Amino acid sequence: MRPAGRAETESLYFSYPHFDAPQDRASLPVSAPVAIVGAGPIGMTAALGLAREGIRSVVFDTKATFNDGSRAICIARQSFHILNQIGAIAPFMEKALGWTTGRSFYRGRQILEFHMPDSPAEKFRPMYNLQQQYIEQFLWQAVQNEPLIDLRWQSTITDVADVGNGVTLTVTDPSGSYPFTADWVLAADGARSPLRKIRGLRLKGENYEGRYVIADVQMPHDYPTIRRALFDPDCRRGGTILIHKQPENIWRIDYQLRDDEDETEALREETVRASVAAVLAEIGYDGPWDLEWWSVYSANTLALDDYRDGRIFFIGDSAHIVPIFGVRGLNNGLADAHNIAWKLGWVLRGDAPVTLLDSYSPERRGATLDVFANASKSARFMTPPTAGWQLMRDAALNLALDHPFAGQLANPRQMTPYTYADSPLVTNDEGSWSKTAPLPGAALPDAILETGHLSDHLGQGFTLLTFDPELAKSVGHLPIGTLTLPADSPAAQVLGATARSAFLIRPDSHIAARWSQATPSQIEAAFTKSIGGPRP
Amino acid sequence: MSAANIETVYEALALKLDTIPTKQHPLYLAKLALLLAHEIDDAPKVITQLNAAAQNLST
Repeated sequence: MRPAGRAETESLYFSYPHFDAPQDRASLPVSAPVAIVGAGPIGMTAALGLAREGIRSVVFDTKATFNDGSRAICIARQSFHILNQIGAIAPFMEKALGWTTGRSFYRGRQILEFHMPDSPAEKFRPMYNLQQQYIEQFLWQAVQNEPLIDLRWQSTITDVADVGNGVTLTVTDPSGSYPFTADWVLAADGARSPLRKIRGLRLKGENYEGRYVIADVQMPHDYPTIRRALFDPDCRRGGTILIHKQPENIWRIDYQLRDDEDETEALREETVRASVAAVLAEIGYDGPWDLEWWSVYSANTLALDDYRDGRIFFIGDSAHIVPIFGVRGLNNGLADAHNIAWKLGWVLRGDAPVTLLDSYSPERRGATLDVFANASKSARFMTPPTAGWQLMRDAALNLALDHPFAGQLANPRQMTPYTYADSPLVTNDEGSWSKTAPLPGAALPDAILETGHLSDHLGQGFTLLTFDPELAKSVGHLPIGTLTLPADSPAAQVLGATARSAFLIRPDSHIAARWSQATPSQIEAAFTKSIGGPRP
Repeated sequence: MSAANIETVYEALALKLDTIPTKQHPLYLAKLALLLAHEIDDAPKVITQLNAAAQNLST
């Protein structure tokens, strides 16, 4: 919502473009290998990921512009790696605010300062703040430059039919309706996914009690990019407040509503202004400010039982809805898009069997369930659901005033990339490894090389990372790149590797297999497993 | 712990509780439980004790 007198996309600082529906309908292609429904961050990331694999896609979106309001704002390190891989990172680096630190306060006193792991070995910071409309704008700019992507605005999918080896979508735009056929469909159409409804699928899970108003405020507030959490503040006794800095002097303020607060009343502009003013007084800001946008939010952990329905894959919020605490909604969705994009690319090019696609749902649903477990912990701390959780939460906060160990209970457990330990594509090992070595299925950690970072040196497809040039030569017959590093390099140390170690890295930078003593036949077997079976 | 020492703790806790408003007793006892747990530094042992304390509450 926006203040009275301002239209839905009339922002204080962002110009929403207007996109026309496709013109010259007669010459528009009516089929593509992949159709993507939804041009939000997830749909566009999937399209760019597919383009990187050489696959053409058509993206449809009902709207004539980007999503209104700022919505998702925290982009995790792993997501920056994804944006880097799909060639869209430059404007993000320019605009987003990187951060590592969070502070929690209880009744005005600081009880915790946490630092997310960071070092020069990492190419990207652990977290970046950027409004969702910039995320969409920057992805759209990359899409504009990509001839393999055709983005059609004001185009709504009104029906879906399975046909032979594909899906026919009925696309409705201002000029009428037309059928569009795709081999595969990606449903990136958001939390209220029309495709999910058309297919009769339902999200299952839990709703949490706590409701939050989220408001964006523009003000010249002098405070670094540090996430602040205020527990039981004077201005909102018993409630919790979160404060994040964003570019353009925009500050995101999330404040919890009391159980007895009426939602309609809480969302009235005067009430929002009064509540925001109280928060600003609490943090000692007495300068001018302007209200940009607000909305209401309640925590849910909801997901589809299966992220695949025939030839349709659900990616992002259409497949799962997670609580905001821990910033996993957007980031989890970007990982979905990245995951399905390389798999569809390999299958559509004929480089992998179609069974590769069977791994999408178990891998990404596994990631969602992991997010649920972590986010539920955060949600129970931010918004205790019962008397027991409330008492222990209050005890921890109260104790934390004098005992730092209790403050650690307020640590929000921010997004970390998921390890596909149980994936059908991942080879489990038996070698001896240090406890800090990344596990099979984990995202490859970054490290400093002689030039740039390890993440800069990975190839576009699979990469065999070795410390032995002979081993690298032995897999020349496989369609995988090789990267040979010195056994005494910092990268070897990060990976817990020795001279005979090897790692098979997937196109999405997850570790498909690792060996402390690799042989060429083991590598070939692991590669075959990681593409879902023998090559066609 | 000897009977005499446990009695010392028992009495000190009773006296402390009486200096705290009744309505804050749960919060105080929950803080105390976390502090003691941190001191004991043995999660399974603490879990056993917190289960033991739940016995016979309905009289």
